Amino acid sequence: MNKQNKTILLVDDDQDYLYLLKSKIESFGYQTLLAESQKEAEELIEKSKPDLAILDLMMENEDSGFILCYKIKKKFPELPIIIATGVAAETGITFDINDENNRKWIKADRFLEKGIRSEKLKEEIEKLLLKI
Amino acid sequence: MSTLKILVIDDEPGIRSGVSRILKNFRVDYPFMEEAFDFETYEASTGEAGIEIIDKNQPDIVLLDNKLPGIQGVEVLEYIRKKQLNIIVVMITSYASLELAVKVTSVGAYDFIPKPFTPQELKSSIENITKRVFLRKMTNKLQDTGKQIRFQFLSVLSHELKAPLNSIEGYLRMIKERSSGPSLESYDFAVDRMLERIKGMRTLILDLLDLTKVESGKSKRDVKELNLFDIARTAIDTMRPYSIQRDIRLNLHGLDPVKVNADSEEMEIIFNNLISNAIKYNKEGGSVDCTVRENEHYIEILVEDTGIGINQEDLNKIFDDFVRIKSEKTRNITGTGLGLAIVKKLVDNYQGKIEVTSQPDQGSKFSVRLPIDKPCL
Repeated sequence: MNKQNKTILLVDDDQDYLYLLKSKIESFGYQTLLAESQKEAEELIEKSKPDLAILDLMMENEDSGFILCYKIKKKFPELPIIIATGVAAETGITFDINDENNRKWIKADRFLEKGIRSEKLKEEIEKLLLKI
Repeated sequence: MSTLKILVIDDEPGIRSGVSRILKNFRVDYPFMEEAFDFETYEASTGEAGIEIIDKNQPDIVLLDNKLPGIQGVEVLEYIRKKQLNIIVVMITSYASLELAVKVTSVGAYDFIPKPFTPQELKSSIENITKRVFLRKMTNKLQDTGKQIRFQFLSVLSHELKAPLNSIEGYLRMIKERSSGPSLESYDFAVDRMLERIKGMRTLILDLLDLTKVESGKSKRDVKELNLFDIARTAIDTMRPYSIQRDIRLNLHGLDPVKVNADSEEMEIIFNNLISNAIKYNKEGGSVDCTVRENEHYIEILVEDTGIGINQEDLNKIFDDFVRIKSEKTRNITGTGLGLAIVKKLVDNYQGKIEVTSQPDQGSKFSVRLPIDKPCL
């Protein structure tokens, strides 16, 4: 797999988190596309097709990530999507996206905690990119 | 007895007629509150037809199937969200484990009923939702700071506090691992961003202290006659350095004095927030005009700016806790999203009214009216 040719869309309304994530992903050897809101991301995917997307959950609305995920999958059903969230750690609620039924609804391929270690994130991205 | 309107959007006729039949003679009673609810149902077989009914009949509750022939349930949901309708949406779905996801999705905005359901299951769901509608109505009425609201506030607050910490931690790791290379300069950016985020947290804490003052208001308030004009002048003097830095003219209009019975600290909070917003969201070389005036019924504070303005659709959210309007124009402006919420709560305490009119790219005008003859709550 040639990483240089793979582009990852990163969407987060926290510009610092976005910057840090971008540095991290680029250090893995991927190209990045950045958006700071659901709206910006929607405009971006009109023009370009990334190979993978990592979305924040709470942006303009508390469920922006879900809606965006739904819309991206509608346009590119095969595009792997990771939803990164800080929610689970705050509320103690976990979601089980590996459950077939949940996947039908939200359609994200992975839910990851925002504090996830670099190596783990790298591994998840590689796994998802291998699938396609 | 109140009647709640329920709209069922489902392409299966059996589900629709079933819901209507089950709810026809159903009643939810709250004897202690002397309140009871019955239900009137509307049916739609597609999302499009549902939206029409939503616009025409303003239902309180929508039971929504996600899998529809035309537009999907999610899109109906988004429509409701966009128009900021006060509707509780319940997803009817065959995917029972969806519950968790939906719970996370919202803090009380919607719920779900697994399909197929028994009449009893539908009734108990509707009973729960009715309770929520009822509580929401009560809360609006009493400005109640019940547990629900407290919980929502705290969870958003923890999110707001965690976000800067996460960023700072990320930058520190970056520095520790030297992941930006050997040159020291490349880390200056990280340090600047960390300082910025720390500043943001500090402002948040100050705003929270203001908010605590407002909410514990009654006992600590010191109401006496004061000259609102003096307070406006002090606020403007405090903001002067900030406005000079941004090249914005600050003007005060009206006839000195304007006497009012109020707590001076609370009046300061109102002026400080409105004027600092007017500077913050202004354009370089712009101006802020503050007017204090009175007639026989009320005292009016006007704060007018020549700034970036607010979109029509955002206008009614700006007084809620932690709301910040995110756009290209505001992305470099920091704030906590609490300032206007605090002002609104204060104005409510004085039985006053706050209004805003705005033209995008031209400016906004905030008006606070405090009634002269009504005491503060």
